[in-house]
Amino acid sequence: MFQSDTPLYEDLLPGGAHWSFVMKRGHILRLIDENGGANVGMLLYNPVSPLERYNMPDTLKAQHTFHLTTGHVLYSDMGRVFCSVVGDSLGWHDTVCGTSNAGLVERKWGRKTYQEAHNDYYRNGLDCFLNELGKYGLGKKDLAANVNWFSKVVTDAEGNLRYVPDHSSAGSHVDLRFEMDTLVVLHTCAHPLAPAGDYPRQPVRYQFFEAAPVAEDDACKTSCPENSRGFANTALYHLMH
Amino acid sequence: MIKVSPLQPEDACFREVVPAGEYFIKVVKQGQTVRILDLEGNQAADTLFYNAHNPTERYSAVDTIREQGNVYLTAGSKLLSTEGNELLTITADTCGRHDTLGGACAAESNTVRYALEKKCMHACRDSWLLTVTQHEELGMTKRDITHNINFFMNVPVTPEGGLTFADGISEAGKYVELKAAMDVLVMISNCPQLNNPCNAYNPTPIEILVWEEATA
Repeated sequence: MFQSDTPLYEDLLPGGAHWSFVMKRGHILRLIDENGGANVGMLLYNPVSPLERYNMPDTLKAQHTFHLTTGHVLYSDMGRVFCSVVGDSLGWHDTVCGTSNAGLVERKWGRKTYQEAHNDYYRNGLDCFLNELGKYGLGKKDLAANVNWFSKVVTDAEGNLRYVPDHSSAGSHVDLRFEMDTLVVLHTCAHPLAPAGDYPRQPVRYQFFEAAPVAEDDACKTSCPENSRGFANTALYHLMH
Repeated sequence: MIKVSPLQPEDACFREVVPAGEYFIKVVKQGQTVRILDLEGNQAADTLFYNAHNPTERYSAVDTIREQGNVYLTAGSKLLSTEGNELLTITADTCGRHDTLGGACAAESNTVRYALEKKCMHACRDSWLLTVTQHEELGMTKRDITHNINFFMNVPVTPEGGLTFADGISEAGKYVELKAAMDVLVMISNCPQLNNPCNAYNPTPIEILVWEEATA
């Protein structure tokens, strides 16, 4: 999977923060939950044409799944694969619960302004996304359902949602191999269903690696016939880019 | 939850049949009630809602299911916007369960789900792209096409984290009714999908009815 075990770059994002970068095709992004209990809200776009964006429904229905883990890929709305989940120590990541907003944060965890707390002020997922999207001329119209890495939400037989606390422990990681150049927009705010109490603020380490070429029998490419067609669509895109 | 409506079709102020593969667009005013009627059974009505005065504020599937704590929509479900406001509430439902996780079919997603050579078959997102390009006055583009509701579609989530596409639970004459909490732009693609058993491979018409708010 990895061309080299040595990261090309790594950094630590504090909890309740936001950042963004472009991942080039053929590279792996590893996210590491530094202390346990982290959440990473993530949106993906084609940097050449950001009208192409991560599509939660297409991702779930193509792979007949409600959660994300190893073997799954993240689809754009254009039937192409932004990235493949090539490693995962957790087995379940959420993508159906959206992200927090200012009202939700205040109801659950209270409010702390920049004036009071400087960079420990309470950020929310929605404003974090908008802040990063704005850097690329994007905005509210470009929002879509996001991934919540490191968080687990299950349903019962009636469809009732239940947040699973203490899902991710220190050192948990997930590896995303990018199959296209992709604008990655992320934040480290808590999952919107995380319990009330003190404002959750867990740091996340992220590393870039060079990936080995995708083999014909690659686990993500062959995990279902849908994904082999998704990879075919992506290969066609690369013919002309 | 099955809940029958007291409203009578003969009292409706608006009625229109929408054939499969066509789109429907209309502003439903605050206080009005809109019914989507499955005329022949097991049809999927792929529906988007917007604040009629500011379509950047739009239906949010993820905020709606998270805040109600359940992945299915039925009578009592409040449909929330991206700003956390209530767009409409489902006030009656004779079907019992509607999907908002399965999204809408597109030429591109059809290539992934069914076969690469299915790309030229008509799809819901093509209908919406036509809606926004043929109605420039709306000021909307592909950016505005977001995650929708599939009225009458049955997409069960399993406790193990699977997603299944089950046979429809709707039948001829079943309907869902929604009361608008603000002026709402309704954008429906009556699904043309021919590759999915959800509509028995036979897309059929739906009817849209609107009632004025009852005055005391």
